[in-house]
Amino acid sequence: MATRQTQGLARLMRAPAIILLLIWMIVPLCMTLYYSFLNYNLLNPGMTSWAGWFNYQYFYTDPAFFEAIWNTLVLVLGVLFITVVGGIAIALLIDKPIWGQGIVRILVISPFFVMPPVAALIWKNMIMHPSYGVLADIGRFFGTSPVDWFAQYPLFSITLIVAWQWLPFATLILLTSLQSLDTEQMEAAEMDGAPAYSRFLYLVLPHMARAITVVILIQTIFLLGIYAEILVTTNGGPGFASTNLTFLIYRAARLNFDIGGAAAGGIIAVILANLIAIFLMRAVGKNLD
Amino acid sequence: MARATSRNARIGWTIAAWFVALLIFFPILYTIITSLKTEQEAIAGFDLIPSFTLESFKTVQSQNNYWRPFTNSVILAVGSTLLALIVAIPAAWAMAFSPTKRTKDILMWMLSTKMMPAVAVLVPIYLIFLRTGLMDTRIGLTVLLMLINLPIVVWMLYTYFREIPGEILEAARMDGASLRDEILYVLTPMAVPGIASTLLLNIILAWNEAFWTIQLTTTNAAPLSAFIASFSSPQGLFWAKLSAASVMAIAPILVLGWFSQKQLVRGLTFGAVK
Repeated sequence: MATRQTQGLARLMRAPAIILLLIWMIVPLCMTLYYSFLNYNLLNPGMTSWAGWFNYQYFYTDPAFFEAIWNTLVLVLGVLFITVVGGIAIALLIDKPIWGQGIVRILVISPFFVMPPVAALIWKNMIMHPSYGVLADIGRFFGTSPVDWFAQYPLFSITLIVAWQWLPFATLILLTSLQSLDTEQMEAAEMDGAPAYSRFLYLVLPHMARAITVVILIQTIFLLGIYAEILVTTNGGPGFASTNLTFLIYRAARLNFDIGGAAAGGIIAVILANLIAIFLMRAVGKNLD
Repeated sequence: MARATSRNARIGWTIAAWFVALLIFFPILYTIITSLKTEQEAIAGFDLIPSFTLESFKTVQSQNNYWRPFTNSVILAVGSTLLALIVAIPAAWAMAFSPTKRTKDILMWMLSTKMMPAVAVLVPIYLIFLRTGLMDTRIGLTVLLMLINLPIVVWMLYTYFREIPGEILEAARMDGASLRDEILYVLTPMAVPGIASTLLLNIILAWNEAFWTIQLTTTNAAPLSAFIASFSSPQGLFWAKLSAASVMAIAPILVLGWFSQKQLVRGLTFGAVK
């Protein structure tokens, strides 16, 4: 069936996508690697010189670097925790026989389609603004003193916004997985008198394990690159209190014009992302067969 | 009795589910409400009933030159998706219908390109755009967004194409259909739904992209994501107007998104959860 002619045609059909992605993957990355060994500042382009490992050393000894790594971890893990636990709870709730399930689904999924700058601005101004936000209104009602969320709890506030954006994704995937659960098995367990929590623990949770893994791994890829939410709310501050690795590199490249330093940071980001990616490839790869 | 309790339980679960759903939807709802208020009402404290004025929408459209970023968003999202489809359809087609030993490796490799953090290539892409005059142009950003979403497009199409049964092809061949007939009359009709879902999801992803659009545009090619991000300090654009601009930026994609819930799961999990 697969004649030589169709094989040749297939190769021709695959080629453009593969070549494009190959260029997209290799060229910029090699340039980043090259720049990471240069003393190169856009404010002073004439003074470019070979830097050796200096940029990496500089990044590594900068206290802001460790703060950024720490913030990245807190942000990713915080959002993962909220979205996975919340996602499981909401998926279980929506899966119950309720009236208006379709509309409930639509309402829950909506935040995912809100672009990051809008999501961040809505939360910054409508919800968390110290004098005009809804939380301030609620605070006034109970007579508590106003909270300046982004000044006092910058990282927590951003975590909350990002969790709101990704909760729908987790919920939707976990709900999809939940709905493929064998109902006969559940009914049998119920008839045998298994209480709700053990049905959840021994039937539902193992069934959802795969979906939970997928949620964690895919969200991690996106969460490592959180940028716009930080830009429009805290701009990384106060100090570096809400600067993640992505934002730190952006700062070096675009605000300090330090091409060499930003490139070194970029290489470090690639290494981190690759460590995580290895796990993702394994999990998703199994499904291919 | 069992029926009575299950009815009560149903009422209870319904109330709980609606409460949670409305809580999650609340920030969007409140933005829509605020966009229909006057500026005085918008900062007057919590109030769910606006005066239903369209003043803010009018002001945003006239003062802030809203239609330029809106047009840019449409061109970038649709353009980059169509470009990606042109490259990806043949590739996914070949991988689904004439797989080789390396097809799986190629697919995994494509997926791995998606894991490269955008910020890692910020420096070279920024410099390339600066030096080639692509900075703040629609064409440069369209091509870039196409490359970013290409792996997802290939993957989604591949998972859809793979579900088209091979027996149908054999049957068509037995009946004497040529390769051209096969593609035109047998495969294409079966592939259209998958292509449509891929198109929809990628328009959403491209529309909401907010790293490269902010880095690589200033005014000319700035889509809505970059336009809205420029209002990070609400000078000039106050609560009601900011809400109106936000509503206009998210409304089209919100509606598209509601239609593509199912495809979202599939597309974003690379077919791992269906």
